[in-house]
Amino acid sequence: MEIDKQTQEKPILLMSHLVLGYPSLEENRQVIAQMVAGGVDLMELQIPFSEPIADGPMIARANQVALDGGFKVREGLAFIAEMVQEHPIPFLIMTYYNILVAYGVEDFIREAARMGVKGLIIPDLPPQEAGQAMDWCREHGGGELDWIQLMTPTSSDARLAEIGHNASGFVYCVARKGVTGNQTDFGKELATFIKRCRAATTLPLAVGFGVKSREDVAQLTGLADIAVIGTAAIHIHEAQGAEAVGQFFSTLR
Amino acid sequence: MKPGYFGSYGGAFIPEILHETFQQLTAHYEAAREDPAFWAEYIALMENYSGRPTPLTFAANLSDHFNKRIYIKREDLNQTGAHKANNVMGQGLLVKRMGKKRVIAETGAGQHGVATATMAARMGLACTIYMGAIDVERQRPNVFWMEQLGAQVVPVTSGSQTLKDAVNEAMRDWVGSMDDTHYVLGTACGAHPFPEMVSWFQSVIGKEAREQILKLEGRLPDRVYACVGGGSNAMGVFQGFLEEEEVALIGVEAGGKGLETGQHAARLASADATEGVAQGYRTFFLQDGDGQMKDTHSVAAGLDYVGVSPILADLHIQGRVRFMAATDDEVVEALKFLMKSEGLIGALESSHAVAGALRELPEMADGSVVIINLSGRGDKDIFTIADALDDPGWRQFIAKKAQQYAQLDKERS
Repeated sequence: MEIDKQTQEKPILLMSHLVLGYPSLEENRQVIAQMVAGGVDLMELQIPFSEPIADGPMIARANQVALDGGFKVREGLAFIAEMVQEHPIPFLIMTYYNILVAYGVEDFIREAARMGVKGLIIPDLPPQEAGQAMDWCREHGGGELDWIQLMTPTSSDARLAEIGHNASGFVYCVARKGVTGNQTDFGKELATFIKRCRAATTLPLAVGFGVKSREDVAQLTGLADIAVIGTAAIHIHEAQGAEAVGQFFSTLR
Repeated sequence: MKPGYFGSYGGAFIPEILHETFQQLTAHYEAAREDPAFWAEYIALMENYSGRPTPLTFAANLSDHFNKRIYIKREDLNQTGAHKANNVMGQGLLVKRMGKKRVIAETGAGQHGVATATMAARMGLACTIYMGAIDVERQRPNVFWMEQLGAQVVPVTSGSQTLKDAVNEAMRDWVGSMDDTHYVLGTACGAHPFPEMVSWFQSVIGKEAREQILKLEGRLPDRVYACVGGGSNAMGVFQGFLEEEEVALIGVEAGGKGLETGQHAARLASADATEGVAQGYRTFFLQDGDGQMKDTHSVAAGLDYVGVSPILADLHIQGRVRFMAATDDEVVEALKFLMKSEGLIGALESSHAVAGALRELPEMADGSVVIINLSGRGDKDIFTIADALDDPGWRQFIAKKAQQYAQLDKERS
């Protein structure tokens, strides 16, 4: 994935996130079109899992609602392939490792590469367990499918260096402790953390967890390369419908 | 082999944010294991606080009936009435060593929650218990005791609102609170070092049982039966006999309404479970083809779980432990049989071990020596057991009580 070229043109990139099948794939289709129209640069599509341990209550509930609505992984993948064809921005898949295990890890990665997906974010597969999956990304992705690593404020400098060493595409920086959707204080601590991440990798940095307003994005500009907006978009969608989502993103930057 | 693996099972599949927390926990656990003073402190505490060693009771009437030598390992006599005390007190001592001030735990039926709350009270720690909202409804007496002991009980409304969802919610707490908080996982599951660490604390059961049976019978048992939910009581008692191939070890899982109905929680005794990775570890899970966890069923809330200890999964693959499933109906019969013949009120969970033994005793050679691990007592589960036994007197009593409360509410409003 070539993030570098994109970042040179814009002060900061916006990456949106949504849970497939929540509330339905049809609704997802409209929201994605709105997000792209609203200027989103990258998109993270989450394949629902019944045990989403790294997600907060909002996204965890979205996972459950999608599954209760009959979401199936193969339909979800077909939908992602359709979105990749339809929209000119990079799409990434976020999900939990068991979804890959059940599908067949190598088959899943091969399929993602074939579909033109640009990255995989698997929060419960830590670096020490991910070696084989990273190899498969390289083997089947031909440099186009990145295994996205996560850096967190609790990681030691040595650990960050180790993660940075294996990273490709960009690095996802978890801005704070806690799960998705909680309040993040974009203060001095965040700046210090981002600085530690910079020291560990030359790749672009995405900052997620709790970004919800134009002010948050402004604060991240110059600090990070990509702002990730997840839970906030779900709130807007639930309260005001799909069209409001496009409006929301167009005012963020 | 990678640390934390048992054959292909186990590992530590945790979010990066918890990496350092697990490193710290593993370091403290390993240091404690190397330190004989830690185990001595643990045993002294369990003797003084939880009545250990628990007896290995000779079941004279059962033995007569079947013409065998049957012994019951009395984990029901622990503090709070189950083997759960062994694990929570051990982890409590570790929390003290780590200098943390707060503990959190998941609970299904409430036993592990109550045990954790007593430990927190005793050791002066703040305590939050996550419990599925459905379980909160079903297990009010345990919620009552947890709250009285000073714990905060948080009903979990996500997912299926039962045990696995309580685990997820406890993890969510932990990723934000790990600096001052330890997660007291209740069974031999989860990410490394939990399966190994919980099994270590529970090994006190097997150590005692081995010594006791050698003293009482002058030889090792032919068979040992234990129920298997997550697997901690089974791991506890089995560890006393793992090295001796001649001792048959049998794990009894929840057969629910029958394996053929799909409404059960038999991960290893049925063909329904497949390998997967969830809740931090690799094992056999009851899941669908997409890898989504299924709903499980058992009359015993403590056995109603989608995964199973990775150590037991490995022992199953090795063929060292044999697994079978007992149905809800068999379990209720076993509970009644043990009560009437020995005066022992087993928990519904533990009655699975009794049911497994009762099914196989008739075919064993006369004079065979059998140990059944009675992991917990049943009188604390009076609401569930009275329902399972469909007792009319109890129903009447509750209906009357409900009327009295309704009247009281009316007078107050």
